[in-house]
This record gives sequence, C-alpha cells and structure tokens, in this order.
Amino acid sequence: MDSKLAIAKSEPIWNTNNKVISIIAGLVILLFALPLFGMNSFYLHLFIMIFMHAVMAQSWNVIAGFSGQISLGHGAFFGIGAYATSFFYMEYGITPWISIFFGMFVSAIFAILIGIPMLRLSGHYFAIATLLIGISFQVVFQRWDLVGAASGLWVTMTPEDSWLALQFHSSKAPYYYVFLVFFLITFFLVWLLSRSKLGYRLRAVRDDPQAALSLCINVSNYKIIAYVISAMIMAPMGSLFAQYILIIDPDRVFNIEISIIVLLITVLGGIGNVWGPIIGAAILVPISEYSRIYLGGTGGAVDLILYGLILMIICIFRPNGLISFIPKNILERNKQR
Amino acid sequence: MKILTVENLSKSFGGIHANKDISFDVEEGSILGVIGPNGAGKSTLFDLITGFTKPDAGKVKFFEKNIFGISPDKISNLGVGRTFQKLKPFADQTLLENVMIGAFVKEKDIKRARDRALEIIDFVDLIEKRHHFAKELSTGQRKRLEMARAMAIDPKLLLMDEVTGGVDQKTIPGLVELVKKLKKTGVTIITIEHNINIIMEISDNVLALDQGKRIAFGEPKEIQNNKQVIDAYLGTFDAA
Repeated sequence: MDSKLAIAKSEPIWNTNNKVISIIAGLVILLFALPLFGMNSFYLHLFIMIFMHAVMAQSWNVIAGFSGQISLGHGAFFGIGAYATSFFYMEYGITPWISIFFGMFVSAIFAILIGIPMLRLSGHYFAIATLLIGISFQVVFQRWDLVGAASGLWVTMTPEDSWLALQFHSSKAPYYYVFLVFFLITFFLVWLLSRSKLGYRLRAVRDDPQAALSLCINVSNYKIIAYVISAMIMAPMGSLFAQYILIIDPDRVFNIEISIIVLLITVLGGIGNVWGPIIGAAILVPISEYSRIYLGGTGGAVDLILYGLILMIICIFRPNGLISFIPKNILERNKQR
Repeated sequence: MKILTVENLSKSFGGIHANKDISFDVEEGSILGVIGPNGAGKSTLFDLITGFTKPDAGKVKFFEKNIFGISPDKISNLGVGRTFQKLKPFADQTLLENVMIGAFVKEKDIKRARDRALEIIDFVDLIEKRHHFAKELSTGQRKRLEMARAMAIDPKLLLMDEVTGGVDQKTIPGLVELVKKLKKTGVTIITIEHNINIIMEISDNVLALDQGKRIAFGEPKEIQNNKQVIDAYLGTFDAA
C-alpha cells in the first residue's frame, strides 16, 4: 500500500485531544461537586439556568447549526414540554419522569407536522414561517381552557420534597443535579450526532443541498429528522422548567423571547459547533441573571441591550462565535497538513 | 450493453427550448463527450438525466430502468454520480469529510467509510490535502474533490460537467489523465467539455448540441468533420 495512504488510514478516527478530554472530565467532576461546597440558592439557580439554556441552545444548534434551517419559533417545543408534564401530573397524577417523554413525543409529532410543509421553504421564508407558528402556539394556549387558558397551570405542590413528583422545596440542589444530568446527556448525544453518519449528512444538507442530493441524500427527509431531534431536545427543558417554577402560562413558556435567546446564545458561542451553546450560555445567562438582580424585574431590558451589543461585536469581529478564539489545535490533535 | 438510453428528451423554460427531442445512448464502460456552444443545453441535459430538473417529455433509461422524473437522490442511489459546472464543495468541511459523505452511501461503518474515502482521495492524488477545508483548495483541486466525492458513491455512470473549465493550462493535463484513469476503473463517463482537442482525445463517442437540439452523434472523427458542428462552433461564412 502507498505509504501516504497507509499513514492516513492509521490516523485515529476521532481527532480529539487527550488533554481536552481530561479537562472536560475534571470540569464534570467539579460541576457534580460544586453544591457540596455550600453554594447558595442564587448560584444554584444561576447554574440551573446555564444548564437549561445550554441545552435549549444545543437544540437550536441541531436544526440551525447542523442542518442550516433558521427556526425562530423553537420556543413552541419548550412550551409543549412544559404543558405536557404539568397537565398530565395535575390531571392524572402521572410522574413528570414519564410525561417528559410524552412531551418529547408530542413535540416530535408537531415537528413532523410543521416540518413537512415548512421545510420545503428555505432561508428567510422558513424563518418567518416558524416565527408565526411559535406565536400561534402562544395564542392558542392563551385561549385553551383545558390547560388554564391565559392563567396557565399551577402545578399541585407536594407537601415535601419528592423525586417522584420532581419537586424540591427545601433546596435547589436536587434541581441542579437533574438539570446537570440532562445537560451532560444532551451534550454527549449531540456530540455523538455530530460525528455520526447522520451528522455528516446534515452538514452536507446545510452546506449545499444540491450537492447533497447528488450523494443520495434526501434533503427534505434529513431536514425533518434534524427538526424532530431538535424538538425532542427542547421539550424536556420545558418539562423540567415547569417542575422547577411550578407555575406555567403561555406568556412564560411560549414567549418569543425564548426562541430569540437560544439563537443569541448559539450564535455568540459558535453556531454549528457542539461547544458553542455551552460557551454562549455560560456568558449570556449570568448577564441576564445579574442584571435582573441589580436592576430588578426582568433586568430593565438591560440584558437584552447587552445581548444585542455583544452579538453585534461578535458578528463583526468573530462571525464563527467565541469558540473561534480557541485555536483548533487545542481542541484537536495536530493534523498533518 | 447500453447503460443509458435517452429518447426524445425535451425541456422548455417559458418559450425557450433548452432541450428538444434529444436522443442518444451510452455503452457501458465508454466515455461520451458532450459538446456545444454556450447555451446549447449541455448542462440542462445533465440536470434532466440526474433528476435536478424535471423533463417535459421523453424517456431516460438507466440499465433499462426508467428514471424519467425521479428525484436526484433516488437517481444517484441507483448509481448515477455527477459533478457540477459551478463547483459545489461542502466548503466548511475538510476534503476527507466531503468524500466521506459520499462514501457513507456504500459503507455504513464510519471507519470503513473513512478508509474508502482515503483510497479515493489517494486515487485523485490529493492525499496530502485530506485535512484541508474545501474552501482552502484551488479550483483544480476542487474539481478533483468533486470527482472523488462522486466516485465515493460507487457510480456505474458518472456525469462530469466541464472537468477542465476554469483551470489554468498547467492543471488541464493532470485532470485529463485523471478522467482516463477513471475510465480504467470501469465506470461509464459522460463529460461536458469545451476544449475540442480534449473531447476528441478521451471520448469514444461525441454528442453535439446546438440551441437545445442534437446536431450530431458519433465517433470523434465523424464529429470533427461534421459540417453542422463546424457551423455551430465557427458560424457559417456567407460568401455572398
């Protein structure tokens, strides 16, 4: 065999740097250990929000970053997850651990129903269509008496902490661990997806749909698959959020702001990169939470102004997001080039 | 054995006949060169055969299977690969990743797909560039990338749109040799080419188009002396 070919074939499939793997393992252990050092309620809440937003942004990253479809109505799947869990718990006493999956299932069905007609649209048209669909969910739930209409649902509180009901009143630490585990599982699964045959094919669809078609890739089907996966990642965050705050209403869980924030986080961190949403969430969520504390209410919208400013700077100077500050050879072994 | 049979294939865009009643067939293992001036309908013909444009009328048979009007992904799945006149690499992915996407058609396992992609990249003489992003490659290298990517789906028939178009003169011989090397693997090739000398050198048969119509079909020597072809390329000199 040709020696250059033999060398190429002998290279490891995954080019991940071992040092990076060690650092990630260390960080994961640290994240599990943090609450043991007596973190106060605010910091627990801050980390919970970071984990939640990182997963939500990762969900958006799958449809927008991997398959190239800009969805502006992704908050709909967050709301579906929230309502599925709360409604089935309140009406039938079904544990959220089961109804989380129901929320994922319903989101997947809606993603298929929305995706089949909408994903025929491309670029701006798809974005506008999803924006309107996201808003329409909010309007429908505001008028749907079965799920509390505009007042929403007030989840029946358990008298004591309950893992079965996923309610913890004495400490936020259990919530911290639940969100952390979901965050890690999601990150790992999306990382696997990015390196799978499906991941390669989704990126082909994103980069050039015509070239993808010439390589036996059914572009429409792959867009729908990405949309369904994305919806199924988003829904559990809605479910967990509902159990975390125990009161949901259409303005809160179907708010257009949810769809915009996941976009901002992903673009800031680095779209199309599994690390992007984590970096974006770790920066934007603290800005939001601190401005809420110091400026009251919803942060006097200062957080949104800051988001906009940061995003403008990133778009001008670092269009590939903050991840691009990290040299590629730090994340990966040096390649023969 | 005939690998492709095209009968009375037609396509109009508004009032313009991009292709009108085009008929020809291609023998397995041969190279068919397609020539014609700009706007003759060569690339449209490729789009009709590969399903990227829906034909208005006619028949397209691939190994006796009717592929008229079938979607491009299904046609490519049957074993029809193609490259594009306007290059379409997956720009933000490496050369290896580009070819792996094609290799996944035959190889489900990621390691085997990678090995197969590397073998094809080696075949097109780009093994040292395997980790380069497609956008970093020169036009000639991107032409090779597209050939490699199309080869990765293990096509029986490969349609190549202007292999030597847009590259400098020094690069052309290497690309021509690559086409000859491809033919030796047994794959049937249909290639659009503007350079008549190259077409005459590599083709077993030549199809000449002008204004959407077939004006000649036959062996290179016949085509070279065909009056209609000469007229289409050089224009008719009116002595009066």
